[in-house]
Amino acid sequence: MPALLEVRGLTTRFRSSGGTVTAVDDVSFDVAQGETLAIVGESGSGKSVTALSILRLIPTPPGRIEAGQVLFEGQDLLTLDDAGIRAIRGSRIGMIFQEPMSSLNPALTIGLQVAEPIVEHRGATWRDALTRARGLLDRVRIPDAAQRLAAYPHQFSGGMRQRVMIAMAQACEPTLTIADEPTTALDVTVQAQILDLLKTRSEETGSALVLITHDLGVVARYASRVAVMYAGRIVEIAPARRLYRTPQHPYTRGLMQSVPRLDSDTAERLVPIEGQPPDLGRLPQGCAFAPRCRVVMPRCRTERPVLAQIADNHAAACFHHA
Amino acid sequence: MQRYVIRRILTLIPTLLFASAIVFVTVRLIPGSVIDLMLSQNESGAAKVSRQSLEAALGFDRPVYVQYLQWIGGILFHGDLGTSLWQRTPVSEQILQRLPVTFELGLLAMAVALTLAIPIGVGSAMRQDTAVDYITRSFSILMLAIPGFWLGTLVIVFPSIWWGWSPEIKYTPFLEHPGRNLAQMIIPAVILGFGLSAITMRMTRTMMLEVLRQDYVRTAYAKGLARRTVIVRHALRNALIPVVTLIGLQAPVLIGGAVIMEQIFVIPGMGLLLLEAVNSRDYPVITGVFLVVGVAVVAINLLVDLSYGLLDPKVRHQ
Ligand SMILES: Nc1ncnc2c1ncn2[C@@H]1O[C@H](COP(=O)(O)OP(=O)(O)O)[C@@H](O)[C@H]1O
Ligand SMILES: [Mg+2]
Repeated sequence: MPALLEVRGLTTRFRSSGGTVTAVDDVSFDVAQGETLAIVGESGSGKSVTALSILRLIPTPPGRIEAGQVLFEGQDLLTLDDAGIRAIRGSRIGMIFQEPMSSLNPALTIGLQVAEPIVEHRGATWRDALTRARGLLDRVRIPDAAQRLAAYPHQFSGGMRQRVMIAMAQACEPTLTIADEPTTALDVTVQAQILDLLKTRSEETGSALVLITHDLGVVARYASRVAVMYAGRIVEIAPARRLYRTPQHPYTRGLMQSVPRLDSDTAERLVPIEGQPPDLGRLPQGCAFAPRCRVVMPRCRTERPVLAQIADNHAAACFHHA
Repeated sequence: MQRYVIRRILTLIPTLLFASAIVFVTVRLIPGSVIDLMLSQNESGAAKVSRQSLEAALGFDRPVYVQYLQWIGGILFHGDLGTSLWQRTPVSEQILQRLPVTFELGLLAMAVALTLAIPIGVGSAMRQDTAVDYITRSFSILMLAIPGFWLGTLVIVFPSIWWGWSPEIKYTPFLEHPGRNLAQMIIPAVILGFGLSAITMRMTRTMMLEVLRQDYVRTAYAKGLARRTVIVRHALRNALIPVVTLIGLQAPVLIGGAVIMEQIFVIPGMGLLLLEAVNSRDYPVITGVFLVVGVAVVAINLLVDLSYGLLDPKVRHQ
């Protein structure tokens, strides 16, 4: 089966007076129909920029997608005209953002915001779209959906707003949902609820899911495959189980060790990765992880390792496996 | 909401009382009292009136605070603003005649200001740092810097020199002949509106730029909405919330400007009434005008606060 989404050599840069930053550097990955791919990495590693680049939502200027292809159902989204990409956004690909507090419009009702994509893409009347919106709110388990249609975002808690975001992103039953750290801003107690909901809803609508997170802990439960990003590049990509059992890249190993054990109830990071997160404006010549790597070799400081297949479906960008 | 309005009005009463007391006293301190003026006009008359009898007749022989209390009492208990010293007609009658004229001028000026400021402000934000943006911003600074009275004077002077045209001097009330009335009001309204539009335009631009950076605007784009829909439905409404406040704050500026325009274009509104009253030291009229203007400013600000609730759901639910 051909992949639903094929990202090929995606490169996105930001230009400012301080210089150019390559936030996403030659990134490639596939997402199959109905699967869940997790993208993990520290904050600043380029996860959001990757997600935004797929839908061409990068603020330009300062940002620009400089190279690559985003093949969605065989069509390159990067070469579509304005009407073409709009027909994809919110209809074929739904997006959920990190900040439920600021991602909903404070001046518009929940009903309008959830119904809007239905009106836009399905040509429904507002009346019909609002009826559908009520059903959608029901399905993301917002109590009293009929009344809540007329409510405004500030009357909802963060968790409830993220439910609204899920209802909205999946209003047109997209074949792909991109969720960019959907629970990072939420209370720990509701994080699992939201992720479960996102997963169930995606299964119900048959949507593939790209789940972005900086928390490897949540990945195992929800994702079938995982891509690990570091300094704008994918440094390792593998099926989730495999990645947990045999992480290959030193950075992935470091991440694993910093995940709290499932049976401990502390959220503390046990063994944080030493060193500073990379400064994208001044990356070292060789491997970006070299300055923090425990098993660094001389070669790592001069040459940049490329992502290479080390087993079935498992690739890593590290000279130890070349 | 009702309780909020009532509380607001109650807290305003002391402010208005205090302000009215200050006006009441200061108008009596303007050099050359009404008594002097009346006596000087009376000089040639046959029956000379003595200063004492005149003061007694007008009630100025009593201490100022007694006069003030009488005045305030008249307003509070009888809704009586007093009587003009010269015309001997009720002040409220004179004001009621003039108020609609100024109100119309202000409304027209506001309409001009908003129809200019909001589209230009939005357009300027959309084309940030392009030639269009620079031109509109420079224009707005120019509008801010040019005093209305100077523009008004130019409009009076130059067309009359060049084409022998000058604005109509005889005022036509709106209800009598709307077309003629508007033709007469439009020039001062546009001049006033230009001045007001400058700040509003800049504010609209700034707020629009701010709002366009917000996450919910990105959400709107992620839904596949057209730029136009994102701007009109998602951005503009949020950007206009602070702009509305600004309009309220400009009410006193607008009234001040209207006073000047009325004089230049001989429009018989509150401004002209005030000027006439000051020239003839008609104290009850002066204080009456100030009081009404004060109440109007307060009322406009209250209205603006309430309309805030229409735009900003957070305020509405508090
Ligand atoms: N709007 C922007 N302007 C300039 N630089 C940006 C912008 N957005 C992202 N970047 C750059 O891209 C890098 C990656 O950001 P991002 O993808 O948001 O990281 P994360 O993995 O935490 O989602 C940032 O460190 C920053 O340097
Ligand atoms: Mg991010």
